[in-house]
Amino acid sequence: MTEDVRRRVISIIMEQLNVKEEACVPEAAFIDDLGADSLDIVELVMAMEDEFDMEISDDDLAKIRTIQDVIDYIDKVHG
Amino acid sequence: MTEQRRRVVISGLGVVSPLAHTLSDTWDAVVSGRSGIAPITKFDASGFKTKIAGEVTGFDALAFVSAKELRRMDAFIVYALAATEMALHDAGLLTGTPLGDRTGVIIGTGIGGIATIEKEMATLLEMGPRKISAFTIPAALANLAPGQIAIRFGAKGPINCTVTACSSSNNAIHDAFRSIVYGDADIMITGGTEAAVCPLTVAGFNAMRAISTRNDAPEKASRPFDTDRDGFIIGEGCGIIILEELNAARERGAPIYAEIAGSAVTSDAYHVAAPPPGHEGAVRCMTLALKDAGMMPADIDYINAHGTSTVLNDVYESQAIETVFGEHAKRLAVSSTKSMTGHLLGAAGGVEAAITALALHHGTLPPTINLDNPDPECTLDYVPHRARTHSIHGALSNAFGFGGVNAVIAFKKWAESETL
Repeated sequence: MTEDVRRRVISIIMEQLNVKEEACVPEAAFIDDLGADSLDIVELVMAMEDEFDMEISDDDLAKIRTIQDVIDYIDKVHG
Repeated sequence: MTEQRRRVVISGLGVVSPLAHTLSDTWDAVVSGRSGIAPITKFDASGFKTKIAGEVTGFDALAFVSAKELRRMDAFIVYALAATEMALHDAGLLTGTPLGDRTGVIIGTGIGGIATIEKEMATLLEMGPRKISAFTIPAALANLAPGQIAIRFGAKGPINCTVTACSSSNNAIHDAFRSIVYGDADIMITGGTEAAVCPLTVAGFNAMRAISTRNDAPEKASRPFDTDRDGFIIGEGCGIIILEELNAARERGAPIYAEIAGSAVTSDAYHVAAPPPGHEGAVRCMTLALKDAGMMPADIDYINAHGTSTVLNDVYESQAIETVFGEHAKRLAVSSTKSMTGHLLGAAGGVEAAITALALHHGTLPPTINLDNPDPECTLDYVPHRARTHSIHGALSNAFGFGGVNAVIAFKKWAESETL
């Protein structure tokens, strides 16, 4: 499950942020390491919500900083 | 003796047009009298009265913007960035150093990101407000054309976006010219951009009966001053000119295509779409532009006409030229390059300023193609069918927009031998 989630998350990030797979390590932070700005984050969240059929609240979003944070969040939602 | 005002020259040109993706190829197409009008490919136009346009096709946007940037910009912004990069390169200003606070950007656009608005509206209706892209507003805002140019090239001087329909570009050039004359900037990136070949625009202009429905012969559809004209053809693209204070341009050895000697803007205060008979607003505008330039009617050898291929414009613009120029109207040449490019709306004046500058530079009168049977009420020399070699010392470029806006730019040939 987690490996499948990881693969889909990274695929979306590569597409949305136009970054290479090598950059998408678990600890990579969207803003500091992957060059995202606030608008990119909004687009990224929309794409994740579509892909994983969920809604990420603004409160939860504030806690998400890295790729691993997203994967953990999705694992938690889909338990 | 009053101090001579600061003089302004054109030191760089960049064009993306329905004819070609570069300035030099666009100029070659203009001189050879080729049409850029073809069936619409950007959407399924089979249910529309008009199925033809002047589209920019096969354009390699990724040569100018990243895939990530492309998602947050409407095409009118992408065209503007591309044409600006080419114009700055042409001017020798693409050095990688930010252009700084003595360089400004004033760009016109008629309807900005209308295709983005149309697309996101469909998403809103089908899927609800949560599915609207965060890039909707910055992709569509008209002033993000100059905004993205300023950000990309580090231009921190005056910035503005003129939105005056089909005279947007000339309003921009007028304001940019004055920014240099007044001393607010030494270099101005100006012109106009448009990317409005989309269902809403075509349907809207169709409803106004403003555009041609000659779908069976696209290349013949834009026929300014011809008896059989039946409206304009929507075009898209971008024309950017780099204006520079004369001494600054000379000091750095910049290429000089022509001088902008003066300009003017007037209002018809008459009707949202139609010009008044005799086009008094255009008469005053051409007269004021000549006065601003310190030129006499006899100094003008060429007019790049607004020449839309609509029934009213072409007659009234011809009448206005006769009123301003009197007997000299029979001697000067008037052509509408929209016969080849189509009508680029807010970008028209930018592309036509670039063409007019090259006409002066090369001593070549661009043709009006498709002028097979001149309207009996259009009696000037429209340079039918073929370009002509002819020394041009002074030129005007006319642009008139819905809302009754008239904006005219006066050009002078640049001669390196000229004493200052």
